[in-house]
Amino acid sequence: MSSTLVEFRNLKTYFYTEAGVVQAVNDVSFSIRAGETVCIVGESGCGKSITAMSLMRLIASPPGKIVGGEILFEGRDLLKIKESEMRMIRGNEIAMIFQEPMTSLNPVLTVGDQIMEPLIEHTLLSKSEARKKAIQLIEQVGIPRADQIIDSYPHELSGGMRQRIMIAISLSCDPKLLIADEPTTALDVTIQAQILDLLRQLKKDRNMSLMLITHDLGVVAEMADYVVVMYAGKVIEEGPVKEIFKNPRHPYTKGLLLAKPVIGQRKERLFTIPGQVPNPIGLGENCHYSDRCEHAMDICRASQPALQKDGADSKVACWLYEGEGAK
Amino acid sequence: MSDVILEVKDLKKYFPIRSGVFQRTIGHVKAVDQISFTMKRGETLGLVGESGCGKSTAGRTIIRLYDKTEGHVLYNGRDIHQLPPKELRKLRPKMQYVFQDPFSSLNPRVKVGEAIGEAVVDHGLCSKAEIREKVLEVLNICGLAPYHYDRYPHEFSGGQRQRIGIARALILQPDFIVLDEPVSALDVSIQAQIINLLSDLQQQQNLTYLFISHDLSVVEHICSSVAVMYLGSIVEMASRDELFKNPLHPYTKALLSAVPIPDPTITRERIFLKGDIPSPANPPQGCKFHTRCPVAADRCRTEVPVYREVGPEHHVACHLV
Repeated sequence: MSSTLVEFRNLKTYFYTEAGVVQAVNDVSFSIRAGETVCIVGESGCGKSITAMSLMRLIASPPGKIVGGEILFEGRDLLKIKESEMRMIRGNEIAMIFQEPMTSLNPVLTVGDQIMEPLIEHTLLSKSEARKKAIQLIEQVGIPRADQIIDSYPHELSGGMRQRIMIAISLSCDPKLLIADEPTTALDVTIQAQILDLLRQLKKDRNMSLMLITHDLGVVAEMADYVVVMYAGKVIEEGPVKEIFKNPRHPYTKGLLLAKPVIGQRKERLFTIPGQVPNPIGLGENCHYSDRCEHAMDICRASQPALQKDGADSKVACWLYEGEGAK
Repeated sequence: MSDVILEVKDLKKYFPIRSGVFQRTIGHVKAVDQISFTMKRGETLGLVGESGCGKSTAGRTIIRLYDKTEGHVLYNGRDIHQLPPKELRKLRPKMQYVFQDPFSSLNPRVKVGEAIGEAVVDHGLCSKAEIREKVLEVLNICGLAPYHYDRYPHEFSGGQRQRIGIARALILQPDFIVLDEPVSALDVSIQAQIINLLSDLQQQQNLTYLFISHDLSVVEHICSSVAVMYLGSIVEMASRDELFKNPLHPYTKALLSAVPIPDPTITRERIFLKGDIPSPANPPQGCKFHTRCPVAADRCRTEVPVYREVGPEHHVACHLV
């Protein structure tokens, strides 16, 4: 097994709002190995994006604050280093692409300027060398006529092309880790297929690690080596992708897999998870899923299960598999 | 009563592109370009395609939220684009529309109960005294609680708002509902709840749905037949089982192969489409799909393929089939 690149240790990111404290990320631990694709799955509001933003140290403060834990990147705790050191890592060793290719590009700069910016910031290239590199990058992400596209503005490009440009920007400094936050959610399926294929190809060629945040289990099955399932700010299950899909352990993971309609496996009725995600303010000491869980026992309503080792490379946080619930 | 509830014949909807000081029309966006289909009572027709293919415009033109450019829409045998305003208004409650975005389709300052009851009062289908009771009944059917009546939209989650949108349509006792991407903005677990609600309502009230969506897995689940649109035209239409088992048009095949399957052990032959969808203001000559088609022949570049029946209730527009 290859070496660990990033390790989250008991990360806690809270938001202090007028209504109360939102425990957006609450005691999250998992790691990403070199060259591996880790998918973070969960529904809106489960803290998957905040986990990624914490890694990049992009949490707006106030109202947000990383109140505890460590994020080790190649052994260094990113939460302890100075902002100036973080700037050397951000965009250089760790890069990020966002969900909305429409709003994450600057509309008044040409795409060329935006690709060249991190190159000039982080490498010793001159402006003309940076421009040459930018044209190469545009070609690498599969856009034809790169020498013309480099001088165009974001509004002149389609959604799929903009996402390709975002990928080109993120790759400019050969990052070791690429974070992709719902990179294809805003795109059509045929374009999504193109972008996912591109990400897979680039990852293989460059041997980067990919942290892919998504809510689409189809995308997970296609891309992931390892899956982390989050619910209400906590990791509730993690494991190798085949294990998660073949043998899901946590009732929430099982529910998610059953609730999704799959082409070619039509059922008369879809399985539903009753109720909805709990309000993130004032979460109690119970298992946050206990209100919606069909297997909920007394202990689930009283205290939280810890994330325990379960099988060779998997972990699960559920009382069904420990203590009195274990069979 | 005849079995056919809706018949769309050669429907076109063009939007003018205006430019210059005098706002002269310099061209048209052919959002819907000659589509035809019929729907039977109680069935669900899925209208699928990528963004900008005209599926929402088609839905809106069919119930005359937009005026047509050409063609006919027969609802129970009457052309709704030729009805005088008074007659049309009488028909309105029977044809309802549920919008995609449950966040922007509700007025934030109107209580949910009032928003649901508004149209019933307006159409004079119910007296003011009875309205509260009626709204409460619909709230219950849609899986909401009586105390939700006096709440404002911001107090609801996305799934609940979509239930409100459905309640608003349902209270008028419609026969036909256009569902415009009703579950695309929702999380998987909530999506399944709404899909099951829609299926239940359809069975109980014998509703006919036009289900507009880009998500083929949802469409396969809920629809009895499916029409695939590309750049304003229907390129293929068939019953659900036929379309998913035996897709004929290269675009349908590519679309199906692009949907990620949640099973990591499956590896599939994938058909990649090159490039993006061309602009509907300036669609390609010949077959509109030829610029992205992996099997395009010379003929496709010049000659428009005829939309024709190739099997029992299986229509397709492609030279190579």
